[in-house]
Amino acid sequence: MKHLRFGYLTGPALGVLWTFVIAVTVAVAMSFATGEAFRPSLTWSVIFGIPTGLALVWGGTTFVASALLTVAYFVTLSLGIGPVLTGNVSLVARVAAALFMGVGIGWPLKVFVEELTMGALTRHEFEDAVIRTLRGFGYIFFTAIVVIPFYVMVMTSLKNQAQLMQNPLDFSIDLSQGWGLFRSYVELITEFNFGSYLWTSFYISVLTVFITLLFAIPGAYAVARLRFRGQAAFSRSILLIYMVPMIVLALPIYIAFSMMGLRNSITGIVMIYPVTTIPVALYMLQGYFRGLPAEIEEAGLMDGLSRLQVIWKITLPLSLPALASVSLYVFMIAWNEFLLAFMLLDDPSKFTLTRGIASLNSSEIPRQHLMAGSVIATVPIMALFLGLEKFMTKGLTAGSVKG
Amino acid sequence: MSDIGPPRGAGPLARSEARLAWGLLTPTILAVSLVVLLPLLAIFWISVKPVSLSDLRAPDTVVREDLRGRPAAPGDEATLRYRLRNSSPSSEITGVTLEDTWPEGLTLAGELDPRCEIAEGILSCDLGDWEGGYRETLNIPVVTEQAWFDTVGDVEDTPVEVNGKASFVLTNNEFTLKNFVSVFDGGEFFSVLGVTLFYTVFGTVGALVMGLFASLLLNHSFRGQGILRGLYLFPYVAPVIAVAFAWILLFDPFSGSANALLVQMGVMDQAINFFGERPLALIMVTLFEIWRYFPLSFLFILARMQSISTDMYEAADMDGASPFQQFWYLSLPQLLGILSVLFLLRFIWTFNKFDDIFLLTGGNAGTRVLTVNVYEQAFAVSNIGAGAAVAVVIFACLLLFSVFFFKFMSKEEGL
Repeated sequence: MKHLRFGYLTGPALGVLWTFVIAVTVAVAMSFATGEAFRPSLTWSVIFGIPTGLALVWGGTTFVASALLTVAYFVTLSLGIGPVLTGNVSLVARVAAALFMGVGIGWPLKVFVEELTMGALTRHEFEDAVIRTLRGFGYIFFTAIVVIPFYVMVMTSLKNQAQLMQNPLDFSIDLSQGWGLFRSYVELITEFNFGSYLWTSFYISVLTVFITLLFAIPGAYAVARLRFRGQAAFSRSILLIYMVPMIVLALPIYIAFSMMGLRNSITGIVMIYPVTTIPVALYMLQGYFRGLPAEIEEAGLMDGLSRLQVIWKITLPLSLPALASVSLYVFMIAWNEFLLAFMLLDDPSKFTLTRGIASLNSSEIPRQHLMAGSVIATVPIMALFLGLEKFMTKGLTAGSVKG
Repeated sequence: MSDIGPPRGAGPLARSEARLAWGLLTPTILAVSLVVLLPLLAIFWISVKPVSLSDLRAPDTVVREDLRGRPAAPGDEATLRYRLRNSSPSSEITGVTLEDTWPEGLTLAGELDPRCEIAEGILSCDLGDWEGGYRETLNIPVVTEQAWFDTVGDVEDTPVEVNGKASFVLTNNEFTLKNFVSVFDGGEFFSVLGVTLFYTVFGTVGALVMGLFASLLLNHSFRGQGILRGLYLFPYVAPVIAVAFAWILLFDPFSGSANALLVQMGVMDQAINFFGERPLALIMVTLFEIWRYFPLSFLFILARMQSISTDMYEAADMDGASPFQQFWYLSLPQLLGILSVLFLLRFIWTFNKFDDIFLLTGGNAGTRVLTVNVYEQAFAVSNIGAGAAVAVVIFACLLLFSVFFFKFMSKEEGL
């Protein structure tokens, strides 16, 4: 590492690295957006990256660098050389790619190497520049891996089978068909009964939340506040139960439900779901209850409230934020639950959303329907999650690591 | 004299508090033991039973009663018919008896089956033992009277009672160790175990490392940080079935975008069946596991990172520590607690994971883990007993892990 710590070496090295990262990013993004062939080239990245890195260590501003690189890349793209190689693509695509490359390389790279000088560097300066570059790469990498599957999901749902087979990369959307874009969604709701699945999933999840809270609030309060023998063992066994895999329980539950005639009924599902969430909810809530000052409750007791009144009038209002996160978390578990719904429900009129999507997974049903179903299941939980993100993240961190 | 000293035992206040506590906990305990403990016991019971999917219904007698011959006027002849059947094709029912109220307005015309008799308006028959798949039709010739038509008689008005003793495989005394033998037989078990361990270890470590990187990225305040944090949680929050199918589509060998992209970029010559080839499928499901659960580790690690005081870093800066040194000598030791707790918990959850692999590959192409094996044995091979035996093995592994876990947890009061 020591002999790398010179501006005239670090700069070009980071320049090559970053040029290649952006070249790959642009190639992938442009391929996904237009369906045309874009290829990143390592050799050209080296050829272009070295002078770029060197120049930016020497001087220049972000604006100048971006502008110059954009022009340069537009020329090379048209000539068919450069870090991103492409065939005969439209002018718009070329301009977009060049702009993307120019700004994507020039602006961040200048920021990365800002503190570097041409000569020897301190370890601090060197590592700072490297870390900034890696961080830039990290943002692109994580965003890409998270976004791409969801992008594919949404875009596939808007296309049709023939288009999908013809060019799997072409996700450009023909806006001229207007509402026709949402054909798959309309068909799912009208022909595949997804409207009713949506409603079933929704009310099962809400019922699960209520039943879970009904059981978990008193239980969590008792574990957190009241002294009784076996308290420690109890809070430990909550965690233990939380670790029993669902598939182990699913088998006897399936047998018992078959024998009792509860299979294929919403009642059966509503009976089972809360039990899978009660331990989580109890664990989360008791942690929160412990954090509440006991003095307020004692004051309530002194003023003549009974314990139950204390819970109702003092503890619960104080723990509303925790109740919100627990509810959200439980809602998410119930909404996303797949295994039990898959095993216990066979009657298409009683499917939950996840079970409905599973039934779409057959060779006779076109892919875009499957993806449209997935979007229908994902959007509500995402909307809820983004709207109440603060509660959700808090709930997740409190809810230990169930998944 | 003896009253001096601290009070011993529980006072009335403490006792009433304990009573209240148990009162509050009872519903939860009942519900949980009904759905968790009872099935757990049941799994042990079933695992030593020779039971397959078709044995799930106890053998039962089935009877249909009707009146044949369409009597139109008093004096017409008709046949009272009982169609009897053993619902199970294989199990025997012993000592079957039939009892039915003799319908009003019908009289016996001819010979009654020797096994039956009519006494005090009740027809009763002793039908003996029925082997599996037994069927019989019992015909009783009758003559209708006026009373039959007056009451608009219907023979099905009175329920027929047919009783017999059946030995139900889930409740009888027949035990077997065959299930366990078949689980451990043929070396398949060890390959399944190997796959499970690969998936669990690499899935857990991968998700932790990715989570650590992601939290290093976001442990800064900048514009858009909240949006990125929300975005990075997407894989975890979305329904597993939706993202699993999105992955399958993305990596489809014929019309998958990933294949098209890689071919176009010149990385590969031809499309690869990512979820269908032997070592690759296992790597892909492990990557999926990492992708789906890195948000969780990231959330916990980020929360811990933000609680580390900045003084230490300022001091380190003054002393000339470089950023990498700060990370290695300051952040990492601080994060070790949460990392190890996360590792243990995630290890157990990943070991228990079923949905992901089931949806992605169905356990094919060398990705069958223990949990998927339970399902395969119980439903694909229809051998519930063998499925239960695998479940018992899983539970035993789990007990082992949790002993280790609690030993460790008592030291690490992290979560």
